[in-house]
Order: sequence, then structure tokens, then C-alpha cells
Amino acid sequence: MTKADIIEAVYERLGGFSKREAAELVELVFETLKDTLSKQEKVKISGFGNFVVREKKARMGRNPQTKKPIEISARRVLTFKPSQVLKHTLNG
Amino acid sequence: MTKSDLIEAVASKSSLTKDKAGVLVNAIFDQMVETLKQGERIEIRNFGNFTVRKYPAYTGRNPKTGKAVKVAAKRMPFFKVGLELKNKVDGK
Repeated sequence: MTKADIIEAVYERLGGFSKREAAELVELVFETLKDTLSKQEKVKISGFGNFVVREKKARMGRNPQTKKPIEISARRVLTFKPSQVLKHTLNG
Repeated sequence: MTKSDLIEAVASKSSLTKDKAGVLVNAIFDQMVETLKQGERIEIRNFGNFTVRKYPAYTGRNPKTGKAVKVAAKRMPFFKVGLELKNKVDGK
């Protein structure tokens, strides 16, 4: 499934909006999510899951091809923790 | 940010009433849950991909009692962050 399928679903459920407007609205939702996460703020969607930005410390890694040790720099990564409800839905 | 914060943010950035913004946001996540339930993947460009990973049954151990417990096979949602969002979160 792609964004186009989500737009279709929104178009059908929202009513009174063109496909183009539905597309813009879906875009707005994902842009809002991205902007929030870019500010390191967590996003909690009940029934779906939590998106959390985590700080990772620098650590030593290894280039698997050359076997040379290299430092993996400190970074921020985005993780998704699925909600219990979603986990149950997938295994129900 | 919770789902209701997201709905309010979307309403304030669009011409939607809060009710309509709620319909929009819920339509998006409902559609995503439904897709994952079918075992299908979701691709949202510039955001990330959601896939369903299957895990086989295994015999685990209760760490407290040391008793062997059977863990049933399960399906778990997995999120892989897209490049654009990955960089944004890391301040790049």
C-alpha cells in the first residue's frame, strides 16, 4: 500500500473534498508528523503506536568489508513502538 | 504529541473543523492498521515503510522462575524510517 491508497481511503471517508484536496490533507498530516519528530518530540498515536526519537552515543563499529574498526558517531534515531492494540490486531 | 494534538495541529493548519480533522487522521491510521492486518506492507515516501515480520514459535524461559515457556508464533509490525525523515531527526 502506498500514500495513494491512503488518499483514496481519506477521500471516501471525509466527503465533500476533491481527490486533490484529500491528497493535500494527507500530505499535511505526514508533514506535521515529520516536523514534530524533527523537533525530537515524541508522537503517540493510540491504537497504533509511539514514534520516539532516541539519542545514541558514539560507539566503535567495523567495516564488514575491510574489517577496519571505525567510530560510529553519536546520532539521533527514530524508533517505532507498536501499541498493544496493534500487536493484538495482527495476531488476533 | 498525542493523536488529539495531531488533530488540533492539522485543524489549525487547514480549513478543516476539528471534527473533520479527526475523521482525516483516523481514516489514515485505520487504513494503515487494516493494511498491516492483511499482512501487506505500507510505503510512505519520505516518511518510511511499515512491514509485518513473522516470528516462529520458540521455547523461552521465565527469567524469574527459570521455567520453560512456549511462545507462540507471532506477527509484529516493523517500521523502517525513510531517508528524508532519518536525516531530519538527526538534524541533517
